[in-house]
Amino acid sequence: MKQFEPLTRKDHQPVRYLIVDDSVFARKSLAKMVESFGGQLAGEAGDGCTAITEYARVKPDIVLMDITMPQMEGIEAVERIVQEHPEARVVMVSSVGYQDNILAALQKGARHFVQKPVKPDALYEIIRYVLNDDGVTAPVAAQGETR
Amino acid sequence: MKMDLIQPFIGSLDAVLAEMMQAPATIVDLTMEEDGYKKRGAAAEVMFKGQIEGRIVLDMDPSAAAKVAGHLTGGEVDPTEQIVAEAVCELANMVIGNAVTQLNDRGFQFKVMPPSVLTADQCAKMGHDSEATILCFETPHGNVYLNIAMKYYARRARERAPVAVS
Repeated sequence: MKQFEPLTRKDHQPVRYLIVDDSVFARKSLAKMVESFGGQLAGEAGDGCTAITEYARVKPDIVLMDITMPQMEGIEAVERIVQEHPEARVVMVSSVGYQDNILAALQKGARHFVQKPVKPDALYEIIRYVLNDDGVTAPVAAQGETR
Repeated sequence: MKMDLIQPFIGSLDAVLAEMMQAPATIVDLTMEEDGYKKRGAAAEVMFKGQIEGRIVLDMDPSAAAKVAGHLTGGEVDPTEQIVAEAVCELANMVIGNAVTQLNDRGFQFKVMPPSVLTADQCAKMGHDSEATILCFETPHGNVYLNIAMKYYARRARERAPVAVS
């Protein structure tokens, strides 16, 4: 997997991620991607309920959240996380990307949406945008792919 | 079965396979089956409910499934590894999710269940009056089968349609 210019926090520590997806495979794949962005996997969850408790435990910089999951779906989990932690930055990552779903997720507090199959370049740009928007990331001279 | 309901699944599988295998996929066979489906390789099943009800089975030759697993993990994967079945599940999730997105944006309302690995060799038929469409895609890494069995409930769609008032 290609490496990207590392996205770091202002304190130069790696950006910490919580990955939420019922597929172990999808979690592994996303974890590899965020590692290639210079990030650190802070936690994982396989459903919305676990995501809520994991968020409170690890306080990640970014949550990557699937929508269709057993027990509690991603949109409800976003709502509950953002209610308790208004500073939460949640990016929805789902194969189901119809307008109603995207709108519902954004209304509940998600910051962005990425449709599967995830292209690393697209995810990198979205995470950079979300973090920059909050002034979380350290300025990088040349943000982009490392050659 | 309405062809305009099937088309998004074909287009979606074609696009996702091209992305995952970095190679073209060609439809080489289309059959209709009234009996239960017999699995060919590593398979995953997704059910959906609403105005459209049914199930889709994505079934891949082990070599094709291993290629997809390798793409997703960024390394070589042996076709016998358990992770291959999980890769097919994730691929089914992507293919069906993308197709469902198109159908929802065209006004069809239904809910998709999380995919599950199909462990049995034989998959039961959907109902006494339903038949499945089976498409075979040929890729450089092996064949991929898409088994679609679904019904469109026009009455449910009419009930949900807005009523004009004068």
